[in-house]
Amino acid sequence: MTPLRQSLELGLVLCRTCGLAVSRASLEVDRRCPRCKSRIEHRTPFSTETTLAFLIAGIALYIPANLLPVMHTSGLLGGQDSTILGGILEFWRSGDWDIALLIFTASVAVPFTKFIAIGLLLLTVRKNSRWQQRQRTTLYRIVEFIGYWSMLDVIVVALTSALMQFQMLGTAEARAGIAFFCVVVVVTMLSALSFDPRLIWDRRA
Amino acid sequence: MSPAPTPPSKEELPPPALQNRRWIPRLVWAVPIAAAAIGISLLIRNWENAGPQITISFLSGEGVQVGKTLVKYRDVAVGRVSAVVLSADHETVVVSASLSKEAASLLKADTQFWIVRPRIGVNSVSGLSTLLSGVYIGMKTGAATGRERQFVGLENPPALSHGPRGRELQLHAARAGSLAIGAPLYFRQFQVGRVIDESLLGDGSTRVTVFVDAPYDGFVKPVTRFWNASGIDVKLGADGLNVQTESLAAVLAGGLAFDDGPTEVLPTAVGMPGDFTLYKNETEAMAPPDGDPHYVRMRFSQALRGLDVGAPVEFVGVNIGSVVAVDLGYERQNRSFPVIVTAKLYPRRMGQAYEALAAQGKTESVDTLAEFVGTLVDRGLRAQPRSASLLTGKLYIALDFLPASPRAAFDSSIRPLELPTANGTFQELEAGVGRLVKKLNDLPLEQIVVDLHTDLTDFHETMSELHGRVLPSAVDTLTALHTTLDSVDRTLDVESPLQRSLAETLSESRTTLQAVRELADYLDRHPDALLRGRRPQKMPARPAALSSEAKP
Repeated sequence: MTPLRQSLELGLVLCRTCGLAVSRASLEVDRRCPRCKSRIEHRTPFSTETTLAFLIAGIALYIPANLLPVMHTSGLLGGQDSTILGGILEFWRSGDWDIALLIFTASVAVPFTKFIAIGLLLLTVRKNSRWQQRQRTTLYRIVEFIGYWSMLDVIVVALTSALMQFQMLGTAEARAGIAFFCVVVVVTMLSALSFDPRLIWDRRA
Repeated sequence: MSPAPTPPSKEELPPPALQNRRWIPRLVWAVPIAAAAIGISLLIRNWENAGPQITISFLSGEGVQVGKTLVKYRDVAVGRVSAVVLSADHETVVVSASLSKEAASLLKADTQFWIVRPRIGVNSVSGLSTLLSGVYIGMKTGAATGRERQFVGLENPPALSHGPRGRELQLHAARAGSLAIGAPLYFRQFQVGRVIDESLLGDGSTRVTVFVDAPYDGFVKPVTRFWNASGIDVKLGADGLNVQTESLAAVLAGGLAFDDGPTEVLPTAVGMPGDFTLYKNETEAMAPPDGDPHYVRMRFSQALRGLDVGAPVEFVGVNIGSVVAVDLGYERQNRSFPVIVTAKLYPRRMGQAYEALAAQGKTESVDTLAEFVGTLVDRGLRAQPRSASLLTGKLYIALDFLPASPRAAFDSSIRPLELPTANGTFQELEAGVGRLVKKLNDLPLEQIVVDLHTDLTDFHETMSELHGRVLPSAVDTLTALHTTLDSVDRTLDVESPLQRSLAETLSESRTTLQAVRELADYLDRHPDALLRGRRPQKMPARPAALSSEAKP
């Protein structure tokens, strides 16, 4: 395996916005990308720290997001609070395994994948590991991509509580849990964003 | 792996220009700290809000669902059933419920739980909402101070589930009558409470628990008397027919009423405060306290048909007791069958005389009564059966003074007291009637009839003679009378000669009389005319004569 040439050795810095490789010398004059005028850093400063901070916040908020009820449905036969996991179980028991699976993927599988993936990336970068650098970069791309789909739950609750307003017959109201869940999604996305994937390839002493 | 690349030279490294902006990334740590703080605060709140876990045992867990059945206090959910299991002995169902934190203070040692199901009673329909929503567990907090986590559920909901303000009272009665739980309690025809419990005590008497709502509980005083107001009270008195009832509901479902009793004497039957005697009716309740009854025995030598147990015993017209037994006795020496009547007397009802005697330092004992009765017997007091109503033939015992009765022996040491008796008035009446009948029997009726017959025959003969002889001559007489009257009538007719000549005669006599009066007048004025005769020249007209008379 031929050793990859680092941008530093080539005297180049990559713009993360438009992908233009800028020579370091020109950056001494202006720290902006000549093409898209966005700020160019050789490595995003404090990337791992910020990522870790957002990751911890996400994990911390994920607990109340699951423990607190996300929705309150009330009808003729009384009201009921439902949590995310409770809702999944209820759908599964009533035979709607497809919906159960979808909600499970969106609200349990995806966040956990993100936590584990970002955690793994942070750990390997910290250890300066050279293990599976290409796959880890792919993993980062996946994490970035699936981040948007985590909002599925929030949308379900928003739609249900907006549509199901039949007064006596039945109403659905959002509960605090969904706000936590929403924050979890935002925080994990911020966490993924603040991670600089170039660190995967850095070789530090 | 590729060999380690040569580290970039010092000159190539970016200048440490970012050092002065280090506080911005540091700020990022506020996010997880805030998140952790929120999470921890939620946990603490959750832990703080975690209410007590309780277990309630019921005989049946019908309709109770884990996770769905609520525990409600005043119709507000305060908990939820978390488990339903059978007890170890399989006799009861143990329902576990987690209550909210606020409900913890409601859990007293005597807090009551019951399963609310639809119920339809005589005077109320309740729990209909549970038809749709399923059952729930009702809860009523208690007054005890102790805390409890394990309860035995009630099988029937308490009559008062929401603990209104008021006062609970226990009424004691020999029998409760037809009272239902929830039956109304009236104070002067206003409903002020209801029956909340009935129970049979160990001694066979009943205890009725009533609840008087605030502020009416202030009407309940130590002198208050309670009575059973079920049914209709119909009285036929001197002022006419009097029908009294508390309400139609009380007639149907039974009811109680209370009012102030006679205030001068406190009722004796009150045990602890809140315990009252329940009387059978208003009259009994409002009667002055009777004190303890004393039993007396009376020996009657006559049949007492119509004397029932419960018949009144009256002393000079005042009811002082009632008959409790009528037995047939046997006296060996004269082989007679006396009727032995046992009666209970309330000597206090005898009034001031007895009270005065009782107040003479003597306790209210049977000895006092014996002494009192002894003095009365000396004055002629006798027990006498009397007819209460000629229509029904019912008897009552009258204690009355019969001074004419023979002197009776009274032994004041015999217990129960034995009162001397006299035969009843109805027997005297019977004897009188008997005597009358005997007299009637003794009358010579046949002789009277024969005499009467003879008289009648004579009378008949007289009559026939009268008819044969007297009547025809009477007819002749009447005819002659008629003729006579006819001629009289003709004679008196206006056109008859007699009548005309009579008129002429009368006219003439009037003229004559006028002449006589003129003469008399003239003579009056000229008495000398009798001697000298009339002087024709001095005969003026009559008015002139009058004016000349006025001159002298």
